[in-house]
Amino acid sequence: MSNNQADTVPRCLFDNAEKIGGAPAFGEKYLGIWQTYSWHDTAAEVRALACGLAALGLERGDMVAIIGDNRPHLYWVFFASQSLGAVPVPMYQNGVAAEFEYVLNHAAVRFAVVEDQEQTDKLLEIKDQCPSLERIIYHNPRGMRSYEQSFVHSYADIQAKGREYDVQHPDYFEHELAVGKADDVVGIFYTSGTTGTPKGVQLTSKNLLSSARDFNGQEGLNERDRQVNYAPMAWIGDHLFMCSSLSAGSCTNCPESPETLLVDVKEIGPTMFFAAPAIWEGLLTTITIRMEDASRLKRWLFQYFLAVARRVGVDLLDRRSVGLANRLRYWLGELVIYGPLKNNLGLTHTRLAVTGGAPLGEDTFTFYRSIGINLKQLYAQTECSAYATLHRNGDARQDTVGPPCANCEIKIAEGGEILVKSPGNFAGYFKNPEATREAMTDDGWLRTGDAGIMTDDGHLKLVDRVKDVGALNDGTLFAPQYIENKLKFFPNIREAVAHGNERDHVTVFINIDLEAVGNFAERIGLGYSGYTDLSQREEVYDLIRQNIEEVNQDLSRDSSLSSSQIQRFLILHKELDADDGELTRTRKIRRSTIADRYGELIEALYSDKQDIAVEASVTLEDGRRNTINANLRIQNVATVAVGES
Amino acid sequence: MNVSDPILELENISLSFGAVHALADVSFSIYPGEVLAIIGPNGAGKTTMLNVINGVYHPSEGKINYKGQARARMRPHQTAVQGIARTFQNVALFKGMNTVDNIMTGRNLKMNTNILLQALYWGPAQREEAVHREAVEKVIDFLEIEAVRKTVVGRLPFGLQKRVELGRALAAEPEILLLDEPMAGMNLEEKEDMCRFVLDVNEEFGTTIVLIEHDMSVVMDISDRVVVLDYGRKISEGTPDEVRGDQRVIDAYLGVAH
Repeated sequence: MSNNQADTVPRCLFDNAEKIGGAPAFGEKYLGIWQTYSWHDTAAEVRALACGLAALGLERGDMVAIIGDNRPHLYWVFFASQSLGAVPVPMYQNGVAAEFEYVLNHAAVRFAVVEDQEQTDKLLEIKDQCPSLERIIYHNPRGMRSYEQSFVHSYADIQAKGREYDVQHPDYFEHELAVGKADDVVGIFYTSGTTGTPKGVQLTSKNLLSSARDFNGQEGLNERDRQVNYAPMAWIGDHLFMCSSLSAGSCTNCPESPETLLVDVKEIGPTMFFAAPAIWEGLLTTITIRMEDASRLKRWLFQYFLAVARRVGVDLLDRRSVGLANRLRYWLGELVIYGPLKNNLGLTHTRLAVTGGAPLGEDTFTFYRSIGINLKQLYAQTECSAYATLHRNGDARQDTVGPPCANCEIKIAEGGEILVKSPGNFAGYFKNPEATREAMTDDGWLRTGDAGIMTDDGHLKLVDRVKDVGALNDGTLFAPQYIENKLKFFPNIREAVAHGNERDHVTVFINIDLEAVGNFAERIGLGYSGYTDLSQREEVYDLIRQNIEEVNQDLSRDSSLSSSQIQRFLILHKELDADDGELTRTRKIRRSTIADRYGELIEALYSDKQDIAVEASVTLEDGRRNTINANLRIQNVATVAVGES
Repeated sequence: MNVSDPILELENISLSFGAVHALADVSFSIYPGEVLAIIGPNGAGKTTMLNVINGVYHPSEGKINYKGQARARMRPHQTAVQGIARTFQNVALFKGMNTVDNIMTGRNLKMNTNILLQALYWGPAQREEAVHREAVEKVIDFLEIEAVRKTVVGRLPFGLQKRVELGRALAAEPEILLLDEPMAGMNLEEKEDMCRFVLDVNEEFGTTIVLIEHDMSVVMDISDRVVVLDYGRKISEGTPDEVRGDQRVIDAYLGVAH
């Protein structure tokens, strides 16, 4: 581990440039070839950018919005702004203009640095409503030739200006860098929130670096490690990994485009890889689909060795004894199946694989661990700098999110709410003292809003959001997310919404996974015109019903959940989408929006109707609206009486 | 050559297949840097016109001037050498090859080494390949098809195949790009993407673009000038607005007794 002990985020960068200047800091693909920027290069680029921003009038305390896919040049904007004491405000790049408008005005952003023409256009559209926004700086010049507005600048031009400015004011940059303090806010992360307007979480250098250093300490990351960062830069998790890389000196690689992630991972062969559950599940779905198309021998080998792995793989990874015969079988499996498979995924060298943000299905989790990928779950919130619990090596399991991290305390309040106290705890919501007071207890614990329990061996187990946990009419516990996660494990089901609070029984909305179900349709020779058409086919309903019945089997085994078995379901005619406000940008369900919008469908689920007509509007990314008409089927599902299975 | 001089002039072009007059006495000019649309009802002779421009067909009468010089009877690959590239109405890619290789074929005319050296991948051929691969990668970057770089094109959706085909034409670094119904068979989103790429090509590289298109909203949006053909004759020419208001064009599209 590099012994970088700088106390502010930007000084960490310049410390690396001094101590391990030649080591790779950032990687990015240009014209099909991976290019590396060393810490030394990075420091020079950041310095030029910072001076350029200063020449343009950026001052200490100003807000700088950052919008775009993960790119080294956009990460540098964080460091450049922080060096001058300005505050980066990253925003979700797939957000619509109206979402930008709220944050830009709330934070009174003066400068926005964006990736390309698309983001520039979104900002130009709302510029008149955002009086504080003075400058727009774009990185990719493609298509920008005819933009003649005097307040639109190219990133390269700003850096060129910065180099001149640096020559004219040789002491300026060092002075600004030295003035920064560990308790200065170095980032405001707006949380999308499943309810209400976004809140700006202020984090200081101390917050971020303490989380990052505890993480590096636990996992032993150093300057020889490399990671692929694909998660949105506006999401605190990605920023934790950025800060981890900064303090460990490891290399951050950016995917060429969001669609090429898996190819990029394969080429980079990361030693540390974070991916959201959706990615791990999607990967497993792809593997399953491809194995279904493989030859009979390969299919047999795959099934056989997967069974071996399921039996002993996890024990081996956790260094428990499994006997010589099993060890030998597993070794053979590594040779013919697991090894080549990991190689194909680019995860051969991955000694730390992390997931978080949402729970991961048991089978998915076990699958990766059983083939020797050290997949662990991390739990945290933006408000505690993305680091509260993480599995330890050799002690990871799917139903918990691990024990509290070093320097982090966790306790469960009455009512089941998880409370966190850690050096990562935030410096309050920006311009919202009332919400800050609500988020903290009087004695300084952060209220997470999540319900959880501590297991006897000190692991934290998540149940649901406190506000979502309810009860069925017979008084039994109803935890919608728990049920939805069980459903979402099936490759055919992309999204699920469970209803049941203050009802007699549980019903669900289903979103099918177009790729998995499309593949199924192809195999049975079922023609369809698109998502809506496919979703309403009899065959698809049968397929989904079987999945739900399996979940019911599973729920029936647990006495406290057996009355949560699903009795009726329907498949929605459209995918739930963040553009329609039905999901957050991190793909969490917004229950109240869905209840409002699909109230009629929920009522139909609790009637004895067999179908219902709907007309729904969808919002396209550019803000236009479109309507879809469909007739949705509703089907009943077999349930299992307690004790029957 | 003056900027306002046409890059290609077609004078009184006629072409017959037996008794069928595919083109009859058609004259118009193409100016450097413009986006020119050729429109007309089915069978009006639009694709034939494109085939005349890139040398697949030779007009039975009339004259073609390219950059002020009268063009002799020439073969399609000679027009390609002169800087005219095209795409086809029904995608004509090598379906069994991947995206990179397909686009690389567009570089063929710019390669100097012979087939033997290329097959051995030795010496100058190796260096040349690197240069051309870079050009191909620029096209891939431009058209945002990184994710399908190594995908066999036969497996790509139609909209992407069209984009790869445009990529192959671009790889030849043409002065005039002929696009035969670039948006046909696409959904709305794919059409919008393609429109943006066509305009970007025109703006970034200054490439002159001649396109045939049926979608009138596309034509009106992106072209600088429009030529209207009907039954092999030119019935109108002008800016989109002028053409839209032309009674002969309205008649041709809505149909009148001949």
